Amino acid sequence: MSTLAANAPGAAGGGLSDVAASEATLRRFLHGLPGVDQVGLESRAATLGTRSIKTTAKAFAIDLAISMIDLTTLEGADTAGKVRSLCAKGLHPDPTDRSVPQVAAICVYPDMVATAKEALRGSGVQVASVATAFPSGRAGLPVKLADTAEAVAAGADEIDMVIDRGAFLSGRYLEVFETIKAVKAACERPDGTSAHLKVIFETGELQTYDNVRRASWLAMIAGADFIKTSTGKVAVNATQPVTLLMLEAVRDFRAATGVQVGVKPAGGIRTTKDAMKYLVMVNETLGDDWLSPHWFRFGASSLLNDLLMQRQKLSTGRYSGPDYVTVD
Amino acid sequence: MSETATRIDIFKTYKLYVGGKFPRSESGRVYEVTDTKGQWLANAPLGTRKDARDAVVAARAAVKGWSGTTAYNRGQVLYRVAEMLQGRREQFAAEVAAAEGVGAKRAAALVDAAVDRWVWYAGWTDKVAQVAGGANPVAGPFFNLSVPEPTGVVGVLAPRAGQGFSLLGLVSVVAPAIATGNTVVVAAAERAPLPALSLGEVLATSDLPGGVVNLLSGRTADIAPTLASHQDVNALDLAGAIDPEGPGAAAALEAAAADTLKRVVRPAADPSAEDWTAAPGTGRLLSFLETKTVWHPMGI
Repeated sequence: MSTLAANAPGAAGGGLSDVAASEATLRRFLHGLPGVDQVGLESRAATLGTRSIKTTAKAFAIDLAISMIDLTTLEGADTAGKVRSLCAKGLHPDPTDRSVPQVAAICVYPDMVATAKEALRGSGVQVASVATAFPSGRAGLPVKLADTAEAVAAGADEIDMVIDRGAFLSGRYLEVFETIKAVKAACERPDGTSAHLKVIFETGELQTYDNVRRASWLAMIAGADFIKTSTGKVAVNATQPVTLLMLEAVRDFRAATGVQVGVKPAGGIRTTKDAMKYLVMVNETLGDDWLSPHWFRFGASSLLNDLLMQRQKLSTGRYSGPDYVTVD
Repeated sequence: MSETATRIDIFKTYKLYVGGKFPRSESGRVYEVTDTKGQWLANAPLGTRKDARDAVVAARAAVKGWSGTTAYNRGQVLYRVAEMLQGRREQFAAEVAAAEGVGAKRAAALVDAAVDRWVWYAGWTDKVAQVAGGANPVAGPFFNLSVPEPTGVVGVLAPRAGQGFSLLGLVSVVAPAIATGNTVVVAAAERAPLPALSLGEVLATSDLPGGVVNLLSGRTADIAPTLASHQDVNALDLAGAIDPEGPGAAAALEAAAADTLKRVVRPAADPSAEDWTAAPGTGRLLSFLETKTVWHPMGI
């Protein structure tokens, strides 16, 4: 099924390093990617959404989904107290049931990283920080790098950067490529390790599926560890077709280069049903290799409460209600 | 041979009324509804536990808006329901006659009584606070005020027996709950759900916000235990509980409701002897209220 890999110019050479040699080669490569069949993509995503997941499979999916959540608070009104309470929730999502797994990460603004890091010390829950003038990405490169470096220095385990959609849409691919590379370099810590880099495309602003495919390859060639759909700050957030397209891109990228990249849909995923549709898509498109918090994440906040209510329903047989989960 | 045009009747598709919309059952299934002589009338949607869950979500979402409207405004909306019901007397009279096996004249009188009952409860909306609350005398320079507030989401098992149960009885259990600002999820009488489902069409055109009243038809033995054990339902009116055994029986439901400390209104000792045409009194009106008491300094 990896038609892309066969078509990818770099595939024959066994690597894609020469693709970004110049603006022209990069453009030739990205525009040489096969076009997306919109009708086929949307109907495939819709078909995968019709699977019925019940009983033990549902219980497994709920726990897996909880462990994949990047529990997020990205509000102007965030306080240290709010971040600490969110961290407490991430550690023990349901205080009445200690069998509930931890979430994967807590996602905050850079100035809250130290607070979150302190609250999560020794737990294994990661601290993710948005950076590079999130959510618009409208700032000069030095500002973006300083933003990133500050978050990494404060102890962020993962950096969620946004691409400059303006540059991407006007065709300045090399500029976007170089920015990602520079941010990736800024993710390095003094001890030689590196914070994980997630690259946000804001697919709601990319206009076409073809652009999403191009952005995915661009980010992966530039060294992204994760590709992420949205900031959650615009009208259109993660959709199933867009996520399916990105899942196919990481599959084809691994086939072409052997490098595995993670995927994170974010924004607008609020119900257990939605989350399970995404898990089905991952399983059907990528298989077991990606079905872990290491390779697939949900950027969400209200999703966790719905997962907990469904979990309570499965274990007690009674429908739960919002009175029995925390108010965020 | 004269040409006579024979017209084929259009059968009505009865649907649930949930969140201001008319969905089919989540299961996609229906069941046959007959009149008291066993003649087929229509297919009603077979509401399931999931429909009940969806209805509770809709009812919960409507609590904030409905309990926040002024009592005066709620009275106007209830009066509007009476107006809309009045305009469809004939349809309801026919449905009540089929559901209860009474004559056309008696059925029309029952529908009129149902209209009057809406008006009666419309009048109560801005008076109940004076009856259930008030200023308490205290030994100090304070005002001490008790104010009744709605309980929240009320699960209602509509009456399934008694004089005038199918429409008048239904109105007599739904109207008092919503008059005080609660929202309801109603399990319609299993064998006679058609007047209830048609009432949904009246409510949908009566300025009543979606989700305030949610009407489900289907097996009471399925829907009632779901409502009784649901942690997001605050009170339960068991007027139409099945007696004496089985999952829909009043005692079993009351036990399930006790787990989450729901308020429960028990059914009459003999539901089939109940006369819904009798003056309703304020019992049900006062059943789904929580009293909030506040102290306020009197000033100098």
